[in-house]
Amino acid sequence: MTPTATLGAIGRATASGFGALGRFVAFGAQALGWALRPPLYWRETLTQLVLIGWLSLPVIGLTALFTGAALALQIHAGSSRFSAEFAVPSITAIGMVRELGPVLGGLMVAARVASSIAAEIATMKVSEQIDALRTLAVEPMQYLTVPRLLAATLAMPVLVAVGDAVGILGGWAVGVTRLGFESSAYLRNTLDFLEFWDVASGLVKAAVFGFLIALAGCHAGISAGRGAMGVGAATKSAVVLASVLILAANYLLTEAFFSA
Amino acid sequence: MIRVTDLSKRFGPKTVLDGVSFSLAKGESLVVIGSSGSGKSVLLKCLLGLERAEHGEVQIAGLRNPQPRAIAAQVGMLFQGAALFDSLPVWQNVAFRPMRGTGRMPRQQARDLAVETLARVGLGPEVADLFPAELSGGMQKRVGLARAIVGDPPVLFFDEPTAGLDPIMSAVINALIRRIVTETGATALTITHDMRTLRDVADRVAMLHQGRFHWQGSAAEALTTEDAVMRQFTLGQVEGPIPTLR
Repeated sequence: MTPTATLGAIGRATASGFGALGRFVAFGAQALGWALRPPLYWRETLTQLVLIGWLSLPVIGLTALFTGAALALQIHAGSSRFSAEFAVPSITAIGMVRELGPVLGGLMVAARVASSIAAEIATMKVSEQIDALRTLAVEPMQYLTVPRLLAATLAMPVLVAVGDAVGILGGWAVGVTRLGFESSAYLRNTLDFLEFWDVASGLVKAAVFGFLIALAGCHAGISAGRGAMGVGAATKSAVVLASVLILAANYLLTEAFFSA
Repeated sequence: MIRVTDLSKRFGPKTVLDGVSFSLAKGESLVVIGSSGSGKSVLLKCLLGLERAEHGEVQIAGLRNPQPRAIAAQVGMLFQGAALFDSLPVWQNVAFRPMRGTGRMPRQQARDLAVETLARVGLGPEVADLFPAELSGGMQKRVGLARAIVGDPPVLFFDEPTAGLDPIMSAVINALIRRIVTETGATALTITHDMRTLRDVADRVAMLHQGRFHWQGSAAEALTTEDAVMRQFTLGQVEGPIPTLR
């Protein structure tokens, strides 16, 4: 490939990437616009709260439990090098609530929810259900996107709060059974060093991640191509997009919340 | 009731509709036939406001170039694959518009209306609580038909109403469409490949060919005309002016 052709290919890929980003941002702005207009389809929103929130609890709980346990082991291994094992409870808790709870929870929900939203909406598009909605005087953005955005934004902080608690419990279990901590001392150490903003910042992150997960799923579904391949591609792109957005947003929010 | 003037639609370099014009009086039933890819579904989507034509004008129930929301109360549409909402039971599919449109109907009243409308298409109340995935293709079409006619809109559109059905079920659906159109006095436009639908449903037939209405006439004339395009299509001949590789 000649240098000119290579530059051309890079240019086209860049332009295509920015184009896709622009369409995604425009879709988000449009969705927010529809969210502010009545009616709110509350029954659909409640259904989505169950599908996104309640049914994600097991995966969030298991993820948090094992992550908290592994984190306690790793922090113990590291802190024992300079005789700072006493910090295991507090650092495990801070690590869970600030970072690992929201990020890993977000990634797990992205895998579970963004994919299912994208597949469902893409299938609706392929089978003309989206057209049917419009002929029935219902705006698809308002009926499909807004309830999912609202449900995911509300459900994620609750999921992450549960995940935080379970993760700390995982650390406590390992601390008590494997690392020789006394149970009440471990919990006291956790509570004494954990500040309100540690928890709140993680919950704010979770709400943002929930919004991004639903937005990525809805956007991929509504933009899906034709046929089974279109549905498959939409599902894949929803998970990839949601995951990348979560990681990028996590960095930006951490900068905003905690940079000196 | 429906007036279409010089409607044109392109997809990239391909001209799908090239100046389609026709009008349909109140209570008239027009069947549009045409080969695969001739633009029949695009024509229907332009009428419904789901596709925007580059040129021309659509008037439905006095509204010019209406958006789907604006004509929703005036129009009922049966989609090719029924397009039922998988996540909702049958009765909520049928009562979807009354439950969500302007002047929302209470839940129980909407359910009663749905059961009543299901009866009009030959389905009993036991179907009301099933989900679309639990129904056969013919039953799904009937539910789609019920959703289209709920509230008796003055304009009905049918996109390939017998596609994928066996001959007996096709005859049942055709008979239902004819009866409903006659009973309600609705203006109907049906798109089909099915010659039986043409015979059973049409007051008038139009052949969409090369982006235009190539031929128009009565159902009886459609099956006897000497026009080469019509003969090839209605008799299913391989040789003729309609290319078979497209």
